[in-house]
Amino acid sequence: MPLSRLSSPFLAGTNRVTLQMLQLLAALIPAVIAIVYFFGPSVIINITLAVVVALLAEALMLWLRQRPLKPFLTDGSAIVTAVLFAIAIPPLAPWWLTVIGILFAIIFAKHLYGGLGYNPFNPAMIAYVLLLISFPLEMTTWLPVSSLSEQPLDISAAFQFIFNGQLASSIDAVSGATPLDAMKTQIGLNQIPVHIFQEPVFGLWGGKGWEWINVWLAVGGVFLLYRRVISWHIPVAMLAGLSAISLVTWLIAPEMTASPLFHLFSGGTMLGAFFIATDPVTASTTIKGKLVFGAGVGLLTYIIRVWGGYPDGVAFAVLIMNMLVPLIDYYTQPRVYGALNK
Amino acid sequence: MTQKLGSFPGGLKLNGQKKRSTQVAIRKMPLSKKLILPLQQHIGEASTPIVAVGDKVLKGQKIAKAEGHVSVPLHAPSSGTITAIDEQPIPHPSGLSALCITIETDGEDEWIKRQPISDFTQLSEHEIRQLIREAGIVGLGGAGFPSFIKLNPSVHHSVETLIINGVECEPYITCDDMIMRERAEGILDGIEIMCFALHVKECVIAIEDNKPEAISAIELALGARPHLQDTKVVVIPTRYPTGSEKQLIQVVTGKQVPSRGLPIDIGIVSHNIGTTYAIGRAIKHGEPLISRIVTVTGREVKHAGNFETLFGTPMHELLAFCGTERQAEEPFILGGPMMGYNLSGDHLPVTKTANCILVGVDDGAKSSTPLPCIRCGECAVACPVSLLPQQLYWYSRAKDLDKANEYNLFDCIECGCCSYVCPSEIPLVHYFRFAKTEIMNQQQEHAKADVARIRHENRLERLELEQQEKELRQQQRKAALAATQAAKAKQAAELAAESPTTDSQETQ
Repeated sequence: MPLSRLSSPFLAGTNRVTLQMLQLLAALIPAVIAIVYFFGPSVIINITLAVVVALLAEALMLWLRQRPLKPFLTDGSAIVTAVLFAIAIPPLAPWWLTVIGILFAIIFAKHLYGGLGYNPFNPAMIAYVLLLISFPLEMTTWLPVSSLSEQPLDISAAFQFIFNGQLASSIDAVSGATPLDAMKTQIGLNQIPVHIFQEPVFGLWGGKGWEWINVWLAVGGVFLLYRRVISWHIPVAMLAGLSAISLVTWLIAPEMTASPLFHLFSGGTMLGAFFIATDPVTASTTIKGKLVFGAGVGLLTYIIRVWGGYPDGVAFAVLIMNMLVPLIDYYTQPRVYGALNK
Repeated sequence: MTQKLGSFPGGLKLNGQKKRSTQVAIRKMPLSKKLILPLQQHIGEASTPIVAVGDKVLKGQKIAKAEGHVSVPLHAPSSGTITAIDEQPIPHPSGLSALCITIETDGEDEWIKRQPISDFTQLSEHEIRQLIREAGIVGLGGAGFPSFIKLNPSVHHSVETLIINGVECEPYITCDDMIMRERAEGILDGIEIMCFALHVKECVIAIEDNKPEAISAIELALGARPHLQDTKVVVIPTRYPTGSEKQLIQVVTGKQVPSRGLPIDIGIVSHNIGTTYAIGRAIKHGEPLISRIVTVTGREVKHAGNFETLFGTPMHELLAFCGTERQAEEPFILGGPMMGYNLSGDHLPVTKTANCILVGVDDGAKSSTPLPCIRCGECAVACPVSLLPQQLYWYSRAKDLDKANEYNLFDCIECGCCSYVCPSEIPLVHYFRFAKTEIMNQQQEHAKADVARIRHENRLERLELEQQEKELRQQQRKAALAATQAAKAKQAAELAAESPTTDSQETQ
């Protein structure tokens, strides 16, 4: 008789880890479609490659650690890590970048810490940061949005580039600065954000293309909230933290800082708010703690974006807050029924 | 009292599955040939037999007396002969055996002379409590705590509110629901007696809103008793575990019972509906507690319902009476699906705390092997006590018992909400029970070790004292010896000095 039937409760709800992971993947679909629309189909290649490598690495580690394969390969956690990573990296990242990243995420960031449930840091973000530090050029080379390039990349050209590092001769411009990058550089050159917004990489209120990808990520996030896969605390706190600090600086110095709206819908904001920072394993687990954690991610994201050395700060912000989770959780314990003081 | 209700965090909305067993009125379970009565059917000291094998007993006759303060006597549920006083398997999670009295019934069901009390207000509160104690009444909601103790507020407390718990929040169980529908008068008798014994005016009968028939039955009966004007039915939203005493108090009054304290500390006493009815019967009809209403229900039970069952009736007879076909693998649960426990077999007697026998739980237990905890915190959201089950699990699993204790492990009421919602299917409550037992064992070990240490220290001290006394005596003896020798020597010297001649003669 299984352990769970030995003692009460003999009833069980329908919530399952695998179900949560599948819903999370489903919530990413609109954003992936948007990425394909704006940056071409290469992201599909990255996702496929990442998932395959992730599952192989997971199987290898489970085998080495003498853990059962089936329950852990089917729990969906490796796939989620792979997909989040593949979405976060540039669409035209070479194949070895994806392979190194995923291997590091699954082997080092996940299994060497004890596998599912035991990793203190978000594996996808650990891999992202490792690559960003080691291969800054490849990790910051983004395609211009399809509508900006003369000839959008098709699937075979993307395939060729990712695996051979070569582009079909008819395509020239591969590298373009991301909107966050452009904003930072231009402000550094004493340009005013209103003028910077005239540049072609900017859209209506954020980066061209990016703003819509962020919108669709937010839509997916709302779906997760509705399905109760995630709670509102972390995303709301993170977006509120980011909005608050950017609003204050924007009101004080509008000629030197971008608007809160720009920050909310640029780079990895929505991916971070709804899909990365909400990773239950590495985030704070108390209600108050989730608010502190989310707000911290929001503030740090802004600080790194504006005053740090990298154009986007979500990954670093999440990892720094991951580090603080034990501390946050310890000091945000809820008041237990009947407790006398506190 | 204002009707604004409080609430507790977390909890669950569960499929009640109550209709299964409420379609037919309470039926009487036929008399069994053999009744097996465990001497301990309550929290506290087991009772002591006052009958011997071969004795004839009458229905309602006392067969075991209370031992110590937290204890109640036991009565013969029917007339017959005592055939054994020995160890028998009892309904217990670990399948224990314990001392039981076995009665072979004679089928006459002949009552002992009962002494109904028509006007209990002539009695003192103390006399009423004694009568309730002598009737063997314990909490029938499941815990089995002797009821007379909960009717005895010490001089330090005054009771403001009496809460009658008719919540019955566990799925499947309907014995309280049915007793409210059918025996409202008896329940009100019990309330009158308790209010009198506790000197309390305000009484709240709390019933979940999924029991409209019970609510109207009680309200109808209440309308005919104008002197119970301060007794009110409070309808509360159906949510598990509202029936848990502390959570119910929070819902009804908005107050919280202090951690490790008692409801009386905040001026509240609460009793179960079934207990209330039993108290009414005991005083007004002179009937000791010899039977209870048992819900028999579940997927495998053909004729599910509620049965007035004499204590000691073997469960398999009850199951057969309801047309139950139990699969060998099927958990056989005493109590509800959330807090009940799995029994080792069905040849066990019905006891005072057996509120429900459940065979076949729909959308049953999780069966796969648990995944690791992903710290999603769903358990913390569901916890009605605001614990952090994910942390408790972490520390229980690591056997870091001090930490588990620090995270308020002992405030866990084992309601099972956390296990229910866990996406990794971890049997959390199982871990918490284990950790609690470990901590209690450790504390006992510590206590034992302390006693042993103190005894050892005392012994050392005693030995040292003895040694000192010995040495002292030795010294005294030595001193005495030396003194006598000195005296002798002195004497001899004097003698020698006095008569040297004699001495010389002697030496010749």
